[in-house]
Amino acid sequence: MKRRSLHWLIPFAALPVLALLAYGFRVNHRDIPSPLVNRPAGTFALTSYSGEAMRLEAYRGRVVVVNFWASWCMPACYEEAPVLERNWRAYREKGVMVLGVDIQDKPEAARKFIDQFSLTFPNALDPSGKVSVDYGVYGVPETFFIDARGNIRAKHVGAVTDDVFRREVDRLLAERG
Amino acid sequence: MIDRAQPLGVLTALLLIVLAAAAPALAQPPATNVEDPRLYDVASQLRCVVCQNLSVADSPSEMAQQMRAIVRDRLAAGETPEQVIQYFVDKYGEWILLAPRRHGFNWLVWVAPFAALALGLLLFAIVVRRWTRRRRAHVAATVAPAIDPAMRERIRRELELEEGDR
Repeated sequence: MKRRSLHWLIPFAALPVLALLAYGFRVNHRDIPSPLVNRPAGTFALTSYSGEAMRLEAYRGRVVVVNFWASWCMPACYEEAPVLERNWRAYREKGVMVLGVDIQDKPEAARKFIDQFSLTFPNALDPSGKVSVDYGVYGVPETFFIDARGNIRAKHVGAVTDDVFRREVDRLLAERG
Repeated sequence: MIDRAQPLGVLTALLLIVLAAAAPALAQPPATNVEDPRLYDVASQLRCVVCQNLSVADSPSEMAQQMRAIVRDRLAAGETPEQVIQYFVDKYGEWILLAPRRHGFNWLVWVAPFAALALGLLLFAIVVRRWTRRRRAHVAATVAPAIDPAMRERIRRELELEEGDR
């Protein structure tokens, strides 16, 4: 009896690869899972570029947006700086705090960046990189949304948009009541 | 038995030659930016977060330098290497480890390459065996074709007659 050829099965070997590609294209590449979401935010104490103390603990009970940036981060940090400033001005009356943490940067370049966008929320250099490692930062920009109890509730990788800022902050403000 | 063992023997020999050629490369010490062996041990297990497949020990980037300083400070503060590594895992997840930990689903990463290699070698051995068999059968068919029994009988009779004549 002649054995039936199974060669027609060979093209099916490509199926797992195609399935993996289909999965990869459907996943949002900005959604990098962070083990820190829903865990207490690491406390930090830095000195802002305007010379004031910038301590996360001082804002306990308020919704805090911590943004990691650098003056060399082009163009994403340049795109989001006006967004952060605009929303900080719009939400500060509601008790929302925006804190900028500048990483791997030169103070002169960072000051120029702050002046360029007329940033009025506190910004401080993380000279040792300890704060960025404490927040599991991969690169800039990354933004963390912290609730009134001091827990990280969301992490956004890439330039923050008005939609992202409002969605996350409104959610946390609603929870606070 | 000898015939069966032949392709496998060739494969083993090839594998040994490849491994022997790779040995000097494997024996070379890795490039390092770290003098302290304890610091190197921890930093070499951590992925540099802004690099492509470089460890914190080997990367010259500013981020890696800062991460090395954090490792150094934590070791100096009395933490064990395991505690320091766990600190980074807590912040970045197991992604930060260059070698995934051996538990649960991670075992797939450790076992799959060896399983794939074994399967590949097995398939290769089967194909080589088939080829050599087919070739041997072909050679046998062309060099010594089967003699028809009737012809064999005729030859035998004619030889007998020839001997009888003498």
